[in-house]
Amino acid sequence: MNAAVSAAGSASASKRIAVGYGFWIFLLSDIVMFSCFFASYAVLVHATAGGPNGRTFFDLDRVGLETACLLLSSFTCGLAFVASSKRRALLFHAAMTVTLLLGATFLALEGVEFASLVARDAGPTHSAFLSAFFALVGCHGIHVSIGLLWLMTMMAQVYAKGFRDDILRRLLCFNLFWHALDIIWVALFTVVYLIGDTA
Amino acid sequence: MTELPPTLVTEQVAPGDAAGAGGEASIWSYVLGLVLAGGLTLLSFYITRSTLFWRPSVPTALIVLAIAQMGVHLVFFLHITSGPDSTNNVLALAFGILIVFLILAGSLWIMANLDRNMLPMDQLMKMQR
Repeated sequence: MNAAVSAAGSASASKRIAVGYGFWIFLLSDIVMFSCFFASYAVLVHATAGGPNGRTFFDLDRVGLETACLLLSSFTCGLAFVASSKRRALLFHAAMTVTLLLGATFLALEGVEFASLVARDAGPTHSAFLSAFFALVGCHGIHVSIGLLWLMTMMAQVYAKGFRDDILRRLLCFNLFWHALDIIWVALFTVVYLIGDTA
Repeated sequence: MTELPPTLVTEQVAPGDAAGAGGEASIWSYVLGLVLAGGLTLLSFYITRSTLFWRPSVPTALIVLAIAQMGVHLVFFLHITSGPDSTNNVLALAFGILIVFLILAGSLWIMANLDRNMLPMDQLMKMQR
């Protein structure tokens, strides 16, 4: 528990714990949903129907760049969280802006990959493998997009309302969400791209 | 029903908050997490591309590295610890991991079994005619 919160009274502190715990359970259920996409991907990975398999189109340089963007954005999101707990508005907005830019770069790189696949007639309709690939990677991409919308909302709320207790609780949840997305990406780049490239 | 002695009732901490009463949020946990996670990521990409290692061992090594990196993220970014103030968070996490394991292992097991024991689809269609 951080000192500022405990100073504000134990009622507010216990609300923070309840909100954080509830959001943690939501995130775990989200991870369970992702595990279903991972399972279907692992089952369908060899069902290429004569089309391309992962080894023919994965670009590990781009995946490495995407990974770097997401890992660094997770770090700057943590910095923003620390800044918010110390009520440092300027530092908070700077760290959130960097997080936003890194997240947007990640999405742009993923968009380039998807567009190049569709352009060479390897869209999600081509084979069961490509359907599973687009579903799994696209689902993570949608989560990142929603995270970016939430990020901009939080910046606006901090700007308009300051570091109130309810805003700080939302920031706690956003911070958990963004780190969870990075954990899912770790599983994703390992299972889909790296193991797919060695197979 | 007896009351628990006060030493056993510990105030829980929200996931994401640093543990320890009065513990200020610190950037050092994030710096250490970034260094460790970055190192594990580089190692993953390195062993994928290098020809130094025995190829069949690489997927297993990659999975071990990924699990290690998820652990780093949980401890240094999400501040999930083994401390008494984090028990609820750890229990929820353990249940989540159990369900994820059941879904992954169960799906792969059942589908591999069906794949081995069922006729190929074209022969199955012929039998139904």
